[in-house]
Amino acid sequence: MSGYSQSEPLARTAPMEANRTGVAPASQSHRLHGEGLIDRRQPLQFSFDGKAMTGFAGDTLASALVANGVKLVARSFKYHRPRGILTAGSEEPSALVEMRTGARREPNTRATTQELYDGLVANSQNRWPSLRRDFMSINQLFAPIFVAGFYYKTFMWPAKFWESIYEPMIRRAAGLGKSAELPDPDHYDKAWAHCDVLVVGSGPTGLSAALAAGRAGSRVILVEEDTLFGGRLLSEGGEIDGLDAREWLRRATTELAALPNVRMMTRTALFGVYDGGTHAALERVSDNVPMPDRHQVRQRLWRIVARRSVVAAGAIERPIVFPGNDRPGVMMASAVRTYVNRFAALPGKRVAVFTNNDDGWRTVEAIQRAGANIAAVVDPRGEAPSQYSRLVDTYDLRVLAGVVSDVKGDVDGVSGVAVTDRNGRTQRIDTDCLAVSGGWNPNVGLSCFHRGKPVWREDIAAFVPGGAPKGMAMAGAANGEFSLAGCLREGHNAGANAAAECGAAGKPGEAPKADDEAYAISPLWHVKGKGKAFVDFQHDVTASDVTLAQREGFESVEHLKRYTTLGMATDQGKTSNINGLAIMAEATGRTIPETGTTIYRPPYAPVAIGAFAGHHRDENFHATRLTPSHHWAARQGAVFVDTGLWKRAQWYPRAGEKDWLESVTREVKAVRNGVGFCDVSTLGKVDVRGADAGTFLDRVYINAFSSLAVGKARYGLMLREDGIVMDDGTTSRLAEDHYFLTTTTAKAGPVMQHLEFCRQVLFPELDVQLTSATDQWAQFSIAGPNTRKLLQALVDPSEDLTNEGFPFMGVREVKLRGGVTARLFRISFSGEMAFEISVPARYGAAMAENLMIAGKPYGVTPYGTEALGVMRIEKGHVAGPELNGTTTADDLGLGKMMSKKKDFIGRVMAGREALTAPNRQVVVGIKPVDRARRLRSGAHVIPKGATPGPQTDQGYVTSVCFSPMLEQWIGLGLVERGRERVGEIVRIHDPLRSEDYEAEICSPVFYDPEGVRQRG
Amino acid sequence: MRIACPFCGERENGEFTYLGDASPKRPNFAADGGESPERVEDAFYDYVYLRDNVAGVMHEYWYHGGGCRSWLVAQRNTVTHEFISVTAAPGAGAAQAPRTGE
Repeated sequence: MSGYSQSEPLARTAPMEANRTGVAPASQSHRLHGEGLIDRRQPLQFSFDGKAMTGFAGDTLASALVANGVKLVARSFKYHRPRGILTAGSEEPSALVEMRTGARREPNTRATTQELYDGLVANSQNRWPSLRRDFMSINQLFAPIFVAGFYYKTFMWPAKFWESIYEPMIRRAAGLGKSAELPDPDHYDKAWAHCDVLVVGSGPTGLSAALAAGRAGSRVILVEEDTLFGGRLLSEGGEIDGLDAREWLRRATTELAALPNVRMMTRTALFGVYDGGTHAALERVSDNVPMPDRHQVRQRLWRIVARRSVVAAGAIERPIVFPGNDRPGVMMASAVRTYVNRFAALPGKRVAVFTNNDDGWRTVEAIQRAGANIAAVVDPRGEAPSQYSRLVDTYDLRVLAGVVSDVKGDVDGVSGVAVTDRNGRTQRIDTDCLAVSGGWNPNVGLSCFHRGKPVWREDIAAFVPGGAPKGMAMAGAANGEFSLAGCLREGHNAGANAAAECGAAGKPGEAPKADDEAYAISPLWHVKGKGKAFVDFQHDVTASDVTLAQREGFESVEHLKRYTTLGMATDQGKTSNINGLAIMAEATGRTIPETGTTIYRPPYAPVAIGAFAGHHRDENFHATRLTPSHHWAARQGAVFVDTGLWKRAQWYPRAGEKDWLESVTREVKAVRNGVGFCDVSTLGKVDVRGADAGTFLDRVYINAFSSLAVGKARYGLMLREDGIVMDDGTTSRLAEDHYFLTTTTAKAGPVMQHLEFCRQVLFPELDVQLTSATDQWAQFSIAGPNTRKLLQALVDPSEDLTNEGFPFMGVREVKLRGGVTARLFRISFSGEMAFEISVPARYGAAMAENLMIAGKPYGVTPYGTEALGVMRIEKGHVAGPELNGTTTADDLGLGKMMSKKKDFIGRVMAGREALTAPNRQVVVGIKPVDRARRLRSGAHVIPKGATPGPQTDQGYVTSVCFSPMLEQWIGLGLVERGRERVGEIVRIHDPLRSEDYEAEICSPVFYDPEGVRQRG
Repeated sequence: MRIACPFCGERENGEFTYLGDASPKRPNFAADGGESPERVEDAFYDYVYLRDNVAGVMHEYWYHGGGCRSWLVAQRNTVTHEFISVTAAPGAGAAQAPRTGE
């Protein structure tokens, strides 16, 4: 359950008590002595640009700055114009600050959503040397060159200047904050949640929906991006069910908190809606403290799977575009109300209000109630709405019919506004804060994430949802319903319906009741005049940029967006998009719905990459698989290599060895001359059982397995259906109806998937079952002339390991001394006399220890994957570099294995002309003519005397090693007509490493070509 | 995206692997034994390579590798990502077997 506490955040403390704590209210020059949801008993120290200030618990950074009379908080993106706080919510475009310091420094944090905490350190950004005296504000003088599309117009010539001069210059001059440039010290979490009904937003609509669905018995999750539940109820007055709105809010949240089927989450912003009812939300767990508690995460990414959702995300008030509308002190009317009512902070002592709708008048009322002065109310409609006429009379308010046509002031904010009436007469009003309301835009974003198109509603002059993803209902202000009574009703109905659709049997109760209030608006988008009138505050896009884009032919909203960058900043145009397209509509003579909106895409709000990564970073980026002998190998000092998810011992360095090559060479010689062992447990292992197991394997391998005798192993090759080699490995027949199949390490998963496809989809008539056994068996390869002697010390004396008793390619269970049963396979990858021994994985580590003990008299040497690779190249065995997704069985020299007597996967396609062409590149051995020369993989093979190029290229070197037995570098390669060219000298061309030398094509089997040793 | 595995119930799509169109049937080599090698090759060519790029409802293979390891045939709308049905796939790609889910 959430950490919502009913008493603490809502506690109201009289100003007198604040005085008793010793905090001088004088330090907060704009703090009201009235009500508010701040806790005056908890003063908090913070600093902005190095200046120490005080706020209270419950403040945001923005409200604390307002309370301290700070207006200038930022410089704009392009022109470095002074900017203040525009809003009181997550839509804030202007008040971006850099939070914290050092590795935790985070740029572009919205001051309006940052909770205040004791010791908070914030700095302004994109300015030099200081916020008040920003050198880069001279950019304004060059404003004519920074118009829409300036990148494409101004910095074109000379072209080579772009990368070296223009771009670095622009990047220095324009921009937002600087990131930390140090590894993030914090942890991030990812979590899942499931519910019947997800309610997004906890304003009157959301609470009403959650109550209805919760009472009905549905599993409900209520998410709220703010720190408190309540939405606009936290900022407005009013009555619900006969109670003061805040008292109703307290009761509603108390009831919800008591319902065991309701989960309430604050500080959790829903940012994405995905298929099948999957939603994504970001919980800011520790952003309200200086640093996360020990073992606590900073943020948590939630994936919430909901059968139904009610989106009550509210609406965003939109600015009006007029000259100077970006001056600090120009603020949204609803934000002014929020600062006054919720935070008891007064944005200005003499406030002017500019509104084209009834809602803006609520700010007039709030200011009056707070005891501050109203300089004037500018309403282009001419007079106060009837419900406010008494207010006008009581306080003798100055109501002006007209528009604000200019804003006067300096870096510290507004000092006055020019008001122009219908006859063009202008008068000046002195004011330190201009509250603006251009109407409300329903927050339709979440309804549009599946390409839903919003529709225009003339009566409220706004877009409303035109449909929603399956299972989602839009309600309240987000749906264009702006009255409190309507929101409560819509929320209740949506919650009750969603619960019923999920099968909830309980009663949703009655919808909460409130008086219906009127909302009327007369659209006003743009006041023309001299000076910059901003549409997009964050990207510095002005009204003239929009009309310029239109004149230059970028009329589509999607073109407008990209050409001017309108709506492309971190706020994604929450306060600017609709104004931009309205101005475009006016310029083109089209209607707003004809002009249309751009496509809405998640995320709704910026999400840190760290939150997406969660715990999957650094060594936890992916899961790690350890071999059964891993810890033993680590104790031996092994160097490990990542092969897929596995960590495998690569070599075992010994004291005095100067490099890996020396260690690997020693390991190879030890095996070839004595005995060594290697953990090969990473190979994929599949248990194949059933009466038709042999037939099944005949169909998936190119060679026959039904004819394999019980107690024998055979090398097998499988193709993809297109005739290209997929994988190889040995498969043993343990019983008539029981095979044990192995795959390469890399292809264990894909081969299992392929085998299941063959079994289930293609050949369901076969009686065969497959079980993955990779992790169940620890398997070791033991190789070298002394292998048998070592094994004899390990297995029960009754076991016959002689050539007659255990021939090459033989397989059987053996009893080990001590009683454990093992599987013993006489197979060899190294070309030596070798066995592979397999024990249940839990005996793996003990097996490694026992191999060391049993092999001690013979100098047993553990070897890693490098030595394994060297020995397989010496023997010409193909591996990953040759099984590369382009080679056929014949390319690998294994064409003769292809059965002609049966159908198998890939047979028909492997017979295609291009796959059987005589000039294909096939596997050969390659050794440099100069025996001291190091061969490198990737080098190209071209005929001797030819000029390197695509026309003469005949293949490349795939695998190389230093061969301790031949005492030179050798390699395998894929070379055109290679097998016909044994003995030919070719040119090895390596342009990447600037190497060019001659080499001889030879048989891929460099060592013991007759295979005497492995049969010995 | 959520996929309702007929054996495991509704699961997150990360547990599944997509293969593609479930309509092609693997030509039966023995049954086509009387055919010329060219006809057989043509039949396999169609089976391996030719796929319709459907904007709308199609049958597709999904593998529940993170669960029961079943191959499934899902009827899915490629435009809306809506799953209409998900059934087990025994024999869905076999030459003469009727397709599941039709």
